[in-house]
Amino acid sequence: MNRIELERFLGEVSIERETFEYWIERRWIAPVQAEDMELSDADAARAVFIRDLRNDLGVNDEGIDVVLQLVDQVHGLRRVLQALRVELAGPRGGTEQE
Amino acid sequence: MESPYDILGVATSASADDIKKAYRRLARKLHPDLNAGDKAGEERFKAVSVAYRLLSDPDTRARYDAGEIDEMGVERPQQRYYRDHAGSAQADGYASDAGYADFMDGDDAFVEMLRRAAQARANRRGQDLHYGLPVTFAEAIAGGTKRLTLPRGGVIDVTIPAGVVDGQILRLKGKGAPGAGNGGPGDALVELEIAADPRFTRDGEDITLELPISLAEAVLGGKVRVPTPTGAVEMTVPPGSSSGTMLRLRGQGLPRKGGSRGDERIRLKIVLPKGRDEELERFVSGWQAGKDFDPRAEAHS
Repeated sequence: MNRIELERFLGEVSIERETFEYWIERRWIAPVQAEDMELSDADAARAVFIRDLRNDLGVNDEGIDVVLQLVDQVHGLRRVLQALRVELAGPRGGTEQE
Repeated sequence: MESPYDILGVATSASADDIKKAYRRLARKLHPDLNAGDKAGEERFKAVSVAYRLLSDPDTRARYDAGEIDEMGVERPQQRYYRDHAGSAQADGYASDAGYADFMDGDDAFVEMLRRAAQARANRRGQDLHYGLPVTFAEAIAGGTKRLTLPRGGVIDVTIPAGVVDGQILRLKGKGAPGAGNGGPGDALVELEIAADPRFTRDGEDITLELPISLAEAVLGGKVRVPTPTGAVEMTVPPGSSSGTMLRLRGQGLPRKGGSRGDERIRLKIVLPKGRDEELERFVSGWQAGKDFDPRAEAHS
């Protein structure tokens, strides 16, 4: 896994540090290593999504709370579906998810 | 090809506000992260995004209207979407079971499958972490131990086997990120960055060094100090050595398979003192055998 530094992260997502800190506070982004701000590719992609929601789709903060909650549920369900798919395919046909 | 106005579904006379509204309406429907499993829709979203980039900037819009640029003029770099990462271990902390937790109360085969899947996730092995470690040429030849300071604090002692090459990756079992449950930690993958040593060149298991010697050492022979990657050693230069004569220090090279080591090959290079020397010139002028010798005789024949 690639971990990326905060400065590079902010550049890639094109947001200010204050904005990012607000997102953390809001719990939209929750880096695993919060104390020294190490971020994963998943964190970065999620931040881009949040940026799109705010800037391009015109969703306000309360709306983002709701969207992320539902999106996280969708991905929780997708994980279950994927796990079932692997189970159903059996030990030979199944491909393990990373 | 559809015009950006067609793609956004607005008239060519649409105001900036209308364009923005039209884009938002479409983006809310088409954004790939709002359509986790719809790969085909991504192309449509891309087209809408490009159309909006083009028309939202009055300058590029005017240039497009004047026919100076086309849709390709505002192509954006490939965006990464959260949906492509949401299934990975990196996103474990985000995925929510709120959409199906009630199913888990039962005890049928379906629930059993869900539990097994959750168990597998809970016992996931920790991630492998990548590091770079600078190594001197001498350490690469002789091996050794180096301490790697981790970005997050803490250290790992890395044992460097003799004879490693630049870019080689050492896998340190269990020194990666901690795993979840019974998953066990991942590995640390340490990529060696070997600094070149301008004195030595490496050729398989042998290393080569060019050693300057004086005229006196070349003619009369003598003991000289020779650098090796692990320190200087004493070596005898035989009387009558030329520039280009190769000498060999056995076992000072890299380890071979089977336990022995390669050699250090030393190419002699005769170096005269700086400036002219009358005594030497006088001697060579009167040295008939030296004048009669033609070192290029073989090359000419």
